[in-house]
Amino acid sequence: MSVIRIYFTGVGGQGNLLASKLLGEAALLAGVPVVLGETHGMAQRGGVVESTVVLGGARSATISDGQADYLVAFEPLEALRALAKCNPASRLAVSTSPIVPFTVALRQAEYPGPETTLAYLRAKLARVVALDAQAEALAVGHPRGANLVLLGALLALGGLPVEQEHLRQAVARKTKPAFLAANLACLERGLAAGGRCV
Amino acid sequence: MPELLSKTEGEVLLLLGNDAVARGAIEAGLGFASCYPGTPSSEVSNQLYALQEAGGFYMEFAINEKVALEAAGGAALAGVRSLTAMKHVGLNVAADPLMTLAYVGVRAGLVIYDADDPGMFSSQNEQDNRYLARLAGLPLLEPRDSQEMKDMTAEAFALSEQLGLPVMVRSTTRLAHGRGPVKLGALAPASPRGHFTKSPRELVALPANTPAMHRRLLAKQETARRLSEHSPHNRSTGRGELGIITSGMAANYALDAIADLGLADRVAVLNLGFTHPLPKEKIVAFLEGKTRVLVIEELEPYLEEAVKALAQAAGQTLPVLGKGFAGLSRCLEYDPLSVRAAVAQLAGVAAPLPGPLDLAGLPELPKRPPNLCPGCPHRMTYYAVKRAAGPEAVFPNDIGCYTLGFFPPFGAADLGLCMGASVSASAGMSRVSGQRVVAFIGDSTFFHSGLTGLAHAVFNNHKFTLVILDNGITAMTGHQPSAAMNPALADHHQTPIDLEAVVRALGVKFVKVVRPTNLAKTEKEVAEALAYDGLAVLISREPCPLHAGRKKENKRPRFTVDQSRCRRHRVCVEQFACPAFYLAGEEVRIAPDMCIGCAACVQVCPEGAIRPLRATEGE
Repeated sequence: MSVIRIYFTGVGGQGNLLASKLLGEAALLAGVPVVLGETHGMAQRGGVVESTVVLGGARSATISDGQADYLVAFEPLEALRALAKCNPASRLAVSTSPIVPFTVALRQAEYPGPETTLAYLRAKLARVVALDAQAEALAVGHPRGANLVLLGALLALGGLPVEQEHLRQAVARKTKPAFLAANLACLERGLAAGGRCV
Repeated sequence: MPELLSKTEGEVLLLLGNDAVARGAIEAGLGFASCYPGTPSSEVSNQLYALQEAGGFYMEFAINEKVALEAAGGAALAGVRSLTAMKHVGLNVAADPLMTLAYVGVRAGLVIYDADDPGMFSSQNEQDNRYLARLAGLPLLEPRDSQEMKDMTAEAFALSEQLGLPVMVRSTTRLAHGRGPVKLGALAPASPRGHFTKSPRELVALPANTPAMHRRLLAKQETARRLSEHSPHNRSTGRGELGIITSGMAANYALDAIADLGLADRVAVLNLGFTHPLPKEKIVAFLEGKTRVLVIEELEPYLEEAVKALAQAAGQTLPVLGKGFAGLSRCLEYDPLSVRAAVAQLAGVAAPLPGPLDLAGLPELPKRPPNLCPGCPHRMTYYAVKRAAGPEAVFPNDIGCYTLGFFPPFGAADLGLCMGASVSASAGMSRVSGQRVVAFIGDSTFFHSGLTGLAHAVFNNHKFTLVILDNGITAMTGHQPSAAMNPALADHHQTPIDLEAVVRALGVKFVKVVRPTNLAKTEKEVAEALAYDGLAVLISREPCPLHAGRKKENKRPRFTVDQSRCRRHRVCVEQFACPAFYLAGEEVRIAPDMCIGCAACVQVCPEGAIRPLRATEGE
């Protein structure tokens, strides 16, 4: 089995770590060797949160520049920031709703325009699914479900050795029962929206 | 039943490295744990704290790491399997008991879990604590994945009892915060009760006893070395004239590179997991017949220097490569591709890389540094102090969330050294410079290492102002209880301590308690403290809202900027800098989903343009 590296990036509080953990659980259910990496500590303080999932038997979950086969970005600016992890064959699932960092209010730099950002990402990468994960999650009444939407979009990009059913089972086993229906609905929204983009 | 207490032997869980350490200790029948939290070690203490009742063992948050190790040492000497977990710099604080506990020894297993932080994701330095294990003469295990984090922790208790020595299990950030499949073992019953049997000649480190104690330690180290020689954690794989000696996370990078480059038939690997005492005979045997050996390890050349010394003693003349080869550095952490390049260079093969992206035309991206949260009382205190003290005052700062006061616009950190140093460094700094010195320290850090500095400052008549940022919690590491916590939040075995009474009892004459939510009053109290000719302590007390918000729903109204009154002074953005503010064109607005309704910004607006958002209003 070839090694597949998936890099998740977002802003503290977006549910990034749960998303990578669920993909890891799905891989475990699928019998695919998996290791994960997480960054902790700054999540609650508005900083960048990254996590990684490496499938297929590598021992390390660390992803060097250029090594990511997939990038999952919870926020468009963070997609740009993590782009060095990618190569021309990389695939991207990105949520388009911006979270503007405070340094912009302090006029230290400008927030890049959404259309320029998307055009840039599409020009650099092999396949891009762009969707407003926050809006998709709100549409099913689950404001904290953007991470499940993005997991659906990631799967829609194709090429992963994990089936939709494994992900559904992982969600059923590892998320709170009270949110199960809403989480699964978000996953479906992501799969559908991703399918339309691809 | 919490996942980590599962009784299903053989069940596979996807565990965080630190959670696996907690599980390993529970499998070994842990009875007592005492820890001060510190990233990247904190999840071990959080898990043990949460699971203690269901797991039938005892776990406490300690005042600092020295106390934690002494407490755990006491419990282990009274016959109970004990553990302490800490970050690398925490072991500096605990270094005093560490060095002599090695002489004294233990009776039940004592495991010291140490988490190093190569790359300094959340630390003030990246010291390599393998040297501390060697300095103390203690056995050292270095796991390489979540499974080994669990297995080695559990084994460390048995090893500790076999040798009568504390055992150190050392990880790094990537292992502590990595997640992998872990096959669970059986749970031994927790045995939290023991009995201390007197044996003063063995346990009292008096000069009359210590020569015998030191000799005993050296004899135990020789026993430990023989165990290391035969340990399955020290294993060699592959074959060839080239060799790699490695440990920890670097071993994963090296093995992945060898597999990726197809070098298993050309490069043999000695993968070390029991790294003090080192398996000298095994290393010398590995060097036999090799033409070149490369040591791949993060941080310091701990293995490399030992391998060179062993080669010299054995009369082996092959080149032993390490730091400096192919850019392998003592600085920061390694990553897969830098190790891959080094392995390729050792083998003399090309290592084609995936074509990097051409990122020309990428605009300069706005940074997203971590921030003090919306409603954080530290922001209020910094705002008031800076206004009262002026920019010329010197601000020694300490370790916690409030260190983020370093960032603009606060500039409230002129020195950041180690836990408690803001207080003691202020003593020296103010005495020789005569400058106005205002030090900051959190309540948890104050009890950890600030008390002694304050006693020193009183005793020696130092003159500076100390602001204790009292949010009643150890916030930075994930809201562990602080000794200064609100008594209403304490659990059954905690008695919170009255911070103000402690400061007064130490002999500080000027002590004031303020609520930073009142900015004008806080500024006035700071000015009075600064005018006082002596040591002044201001306790700025307000609970951490992030923690309070988890305990209770926040029903306060959110705030908004009345655009008809705003004259765009932007004091709220540029001086108060709450991240709930944002600019929409030239308009200053407040993001309602970030505002927590603390109302502090209302006080900074010169036009009175910030008002509560009415329930009927959208943004």
